[in-house]
Amino acid sequence: MQQRQVELAVGVFILLGIIALAFLALKVSGLSFQDSRTQTYTVVAEFNNIGSLKPRAKVSIAGVTVGQVTSIRLDPLSARAVVEMAINKDVDYLTTDSIAGIKTAGVLGEQYISISVGGAPDVLEDGGKIIDTQSAVVLEDLIGKFLTNMGSKD
Amino acid sequence: MLKHIQALGAWGLGVTAGLGRATQIWCRALFALPDFRYGPRLLIQQIYYVGVFSMIIIVVSGVLIGMVLALQGYTVLVRFGAEAALGQFVSLTLLRELGPVVAALLFAGRAGSALTAEIGLMKTTEQLVAMEMIGVDPLRRVLRPRLLAGILSMPLLAQVFNAVAIWGAVMVGVHWLGVDAGSFWSNMQSSVDFSADVMNGFIKSVVFGLVVTWIAVFQGYDAEPTSAGISAATTRTVVHSSLAVLALDFFLTAVMFGIS
Amino acid sequence: MHSSSNWIEIRNLSYRRSESRWIFKDVDMNIERNKITAIMGPSGCGKTTLLKLISGQLKPDQGTVMVDGVNVSALDRDGLLALRRRMGLLFQNGALFTDLSVYENVAFPLRVHTKLPEDMIRDLVLMKLQAVGLRGARDLMPSELSGGMARRVALARTIILDPELIMYDEPFAGQDPILKGVLLDLIKRINENIHATTILVSHDVAETASIADYIFVLAGGRIIGQGTPDEVMNSEDPMVRQFLRGLPDGPVPFHYPAASWQDDLVGGRG
Repeated sequence: MQQRQVELAVGVFILLGIIALAFLALKVSGLSFQDSRTQTYTVVAEFNNIGSLKPRAKVSIAGVTVGQVTSIRLDPLSARAVVEMAINKDVDYLTTDSIAGIKTAGVLGEQYISISVGGAPDVLEDGGKIIDTQSAVVLEDLIGKFLTNMGSKD
Repeated sequence: MLKHIQALGAWGLGVTAGLGRATQIWCRALFALPDFRYGPRLLIQQIYYVGVFSMIIIVVSGVLIGMVLALQGYTVLVRFGAEAALGQFVSLTLLRELGPVVAALLFAGRAGSALTAEIGLMKTTEQLVAMEMIGVDPLRRVLRPRLLAGILSMPLLAQVFNAVAIWGAVMVGVHWLGVDAGSFWSNMQSSVDFSADVMNGFIKSVVFGLVVTWIAVFQGYDAEPTSAGISAATTRTVVHSSLAVLALDFFLTAVMFGIS
Repeated sequence: MHSSSNWIEIRNLSYRRSESRWIFKDVDMNIERNKITAIMGPSGCGKTTLLKLISGQLKPDQGTVMVDGVNVSALDRDGLLALRRRMGLLFQNGALFTDLSVYENVAFPLRVHTKLPEDMIRDLVLMKLQAVGLRGARDLMPSELSGGMARRVALARTIILDPELIMYDEPFAGQDPILKGVLLDLIKRINENIHATTILVSHDVAETASIADYIFVLAGGRIIGQGTPDEVMNSEDPMVRQFLRGLPDGPVPFHYPAASWQDDLVGGRG
C-alpha cells in the first residue's frame, strides 16, 4: 500500500523530469525531428568577408528561414571564407544564379544569410555552389568610405 | 613556525586520508554485484526521499529565478531596443549555468544534509554495526541506493528547474512586460543548441549529483558518532558540496564552452 | 589446533586504544560450545571491546581470536560478513533499524540471507516475536517502543537465523527487576533450544551467576578470576571479592589514575 504510493510518486517524478527535458529540447532549443540531416541538402558559397557570421546562423529567402549555416572555413588558395549551408529539402528552386548576401538583423542583431533567387533554368544540386555573393557590410569600412567621399568633395 | 608547518602537514595528511576513505567507500558501494531482489525497491525508496522531496523547493525556486532573470534582463536589454533577445538571454543563462548550479546547491541543502544526518544517526545508534553483525554490508545496503538515487535524481531536478524557470521568464517577459511571444521563442530557438547547451547542462547536473551525494553519504558514514559530530558533518556536507559544485562548474564550463 | 569443545579460543590477546592505554594485555580465554559463558568486570574494563574483537569489528594488536577454527583478524570483508551470519550480537540499546517496523526488523536477516517465501517468513517472525512476548507489537515502529521492548525486539532479530553464537552486551543494564527476570529466562531458554554458544557480558553479579556455566572476571586488562559460578563466588582473590561484593574501594581503584590529590591542590594555586 505505502510502497505503491512511493512507487507512484517516483514514477511521476521521473516522468516530470523527462517532460522537462523534452520541453527544453523541442520548445527551447528548437530541436525538431523533421529537420534532421536527411531532409536538407548542402549548398556552398564563398565570401570575401563574412563579418561575424557564425555556424547555426539563419539562412533566409525574403525573410523566411529556409535553413542554417553548418560550417565556416577558410579556403587556403583563394583566402576566402567558404560557408556551408543546410537548406530544407522542400526549397528546391534555388537557381544557379542565386545571390547570397550576409545581412544584419537590426543594428546589434545577429548576422544571417539572405538568398535572392534568380531566373536561370538550372537549380542547385546537393553540394552546389552559389557563385554570386555579397560580403558582410563592415561598419568601419562604411564609415571610412563616407569620410573619404567627404574629403574628395572638398 | 615549525609548529605551523607541522600543523599544515597534519592537515594535508588528514585531507588525503579522508579522500582515500571516501574513494574506498565509493568504490565498495558502487562496484558490487547488483542486488536484483531488493535493489530496485530500495532505490525507488531513496529516489522518493532524495528526489521527490526536493521537487517543491526546486520548482518554487525555479519559477522565482526565471522571473527575476526576465525582469533584470528586460531592464538592460530594453535600453538597446533589444528586448526580443530576452528569450536568448534567459534560456542560455539557465541552461548553461544557473539551472545545474542552483539546482545542485538547493539539492545539497535539501537532500544532501538530510542524507548526512540520516546516515550519521544510523551510525550513532549502532544500526550500521548491527547491519554488519547480521552479515549485511551497510555500504551496499544503505549507501549504494542513496548514491544511485542522487546521481539519477539530480539531472531530472535540474531539467525541471530549467523548464519551470523558463516558464517563469515567459510569464514575466511575455505576459507582463509585453515582449512579443513570437520573437521571444524564435530568438531562443535560434540561439540554443540542443547538444551544446541542453546536453552540456545535463552532463553538468549528472556530475553535480554524483559529487553532492558522494560528499553527503561520505560525511554521514565518516561522522563522529555523537550529536556534535553529526551536526558538524551536516554542516561540512553543505559547505563542501557547495564549494565543490562551484569549482567543478568553472572547470566544466572551461572544458565545454571555453574553447570555441 | 582447536579442540572440539572450544568454540572460541583467544590467545595472547593484546589491544590498546592509544599508544599507552592498553585495554587488554596477554589475555587467554576458551569459550566452550553450547555453554553460557559470562564475562564480568567493572565498567570500562573492555567487556564490549572484547565482543568487538570476537566479531571482527576491531583487530587485535597482538594475539589471535579463533572462532570455530578460523582466525577472525585474518578474514577479508566478505569472509567476515559470512562469519557474522553465524553470530548474533544483542546491542546495549537494541540498534533497531528505525525506518522499519518491528515485524520488518525481525524479518530483515531472513530477507537478506534466505529465499524463503513470504508466508514462511511470517511464521518464523511471529514465532520469534511470540518467544519474546511481543507478537502484538509487530506493527509498531521502533520509536514507539520502550527501552525494554526495543531490547526484546532486538533479541528476536538476533535469534531469527538460529545463530551458533549469541553475544549479549549488557542485557540487564537499566532494566526493571521484572524485565531482568524475563531476559534471564529468555537467555537460558534460547541457549537450550537452539544449542547456541552464549557469551553474556554483564556487571550484574547475581543475575549472571544464576545462569552462567562459566565466568571470567576481567579488570585492568587482565583476567583476574575464572571458573564456575560457585568457584568464582567463593574466590579468595581480593579483587574478585571486591567486585562481586560491591565494595567501593579496594584493589580495583575507585580513582582514575591521577597525580596525588595534595600535589594537585597545591599545584593549582602555584
